[in-house]
Amino acid sequence: MAKKRVVSTKINGRPVEFLCEPRQTLLEVLRESLDLIGTKEGCSNGNCGACTVLIEGQPVDSCLVLAVEAEGASIETIEGVAKGSELHPLQKAFLEEAALQCGICTPGLIMSAKALLAKNPDPTEEEIRFALAGNLCRCTGYDKIVRAVQSAAKCCADTTAN
Amino acid sequence: MRDFEYEAPSTLASAIEQIVQGNGSVKALAGGTDLIDHIRTGRLRPNLVVDVKKIPELNVLEVGSEGLRLGAAVSCTRIYENAEICEKYSALTDACHIIGGIQVQNRASVGGNLCNSGPAADSIPALIALDATCVIAGPQGSREIAVEDFCTAPGRNVLESGEILVELNMPARPAHSGSHYLRFIPRNEMDIAVVGVGASVTLDDSGQNFVSARIGIGAVAPTPLFAKEASEVLFGLPVNEESINKAVEAARAIATPITDMRGTIEFRKHITGVLTKRALEKAIERARQ
Repeated sequence: MAKKRVVSTKINGRPVEFLCEPRQTLLEVLRESLDLIGTKEGCSNGNCGACTVLIEGQPVDSCLVLAVEAEGASIETIEGVAKGSELHPLQKAFLEEAALQCGICTPGLIMSAKALLAKNPDPTEEEIRFALAGNLCRCTGYDKIVRAVQSAAKCCADTTAN
Repeated sequence: MRDFEYEAPSTLASAIEQIVQGNGSVKALAGGTDLIDHIRTGRLRPNLVVDVKKIPELNVLEVGSEGLRLGAAVSCTRIYENAEICEKYSALTDACHIIGGIQVQNRASVGGNLCNSGPAADSIPALIALDATCVIAGPQGSREIAVEDFCTAPGRNVLESGEILVELNMPARPAHSGSHYLRFIPRNEMDIAVVGVGASVTLDDSGQNFVSARIGIGAVAPTPLFAKEASEVLFGLPVNEESINKAVEAARAIATPITDMRGTIEFRKHITGVLTKRALEKAIERARQ
């Protein structure tokens, strides 16, 4: 069996070192070694986006990243989105707009939406739909998700204006 | 996932050495969006995975008077975030924008898309239209090959054991040039091309006549094709529907698609014509801007 590697990363702002085998995906290590189970496993082949995390601020499917590739990387998962007990505007908007039912897709959608708003604080509906195309939801029909992202964008803009 | 060793060399020479030592049971990893899934499902069974993302030559992204140098490991996102590439090599950035979703575009490389050698790969018809040359390095040194000669069968290409794709070079764009890639899929995104067409045109100073053209078509044969006759029939012709229809007929004539869950032979041949026309029209529009 291939030798285990020590990988040094920053996860949600904190330095984290872990041991992994080359064959382990980042998703596997997050969930099984680091107990960060907010990131979900859906299809395991890059279609559903349930496992989306941010690496250097960019959304990626953590099922399609080897954990060893994360050496030196800065990773953000759903666990790092709220500030203590204060939910992020996107999390509040998802609750207020009822943008989730079973919830499996939600962490991935929040991560993708967060990266979108960081790049484009005032996206059109079409831009939102394209940015979230890699995140599948089989419950909501997407409409409420799109409205939640619009509402969070508006809320962030209002906060900045104040 | 099956067990394998992992190396992440920082020089091309050490990558080639590791690939040679891997003796056929080695795979290069760039974005991993195809490779990791193929290892997980058992379709590929490498004993060694060589991560090529730390090799400077594979990360080159330069556009200048000589043309475009695109390192084989550069992600789709890095390509389309470059405004000059979007303007001059539009067919390439059109393709990069529709390969998977954002998560895939942030990882997947055009070099990887080419090496995966799928008949429906979105970037390959665009690379053919833009006249790309592949730079390949191996234990015997380096060699170059036209992109339309790279793929040899579904999932197969000209890379010999120990060789690695280093970069793709595309010539500088003459004045009054434009290009476009588009595909047909039953939804708006996140799907595999039923047919894909890339077209590039260069017009004369008046913008009314074709000087040259290149058309690449995908998903209608075992490999993406350079539609040579469809391209060359346009040389010197006036830009009008009659000329475009000549290219459309020639492109349809070389399409030898199969019937599968995504479309029938008849449908794919029809769509090849429709998309050739649309790709040319958009390329012409861009050339006139």
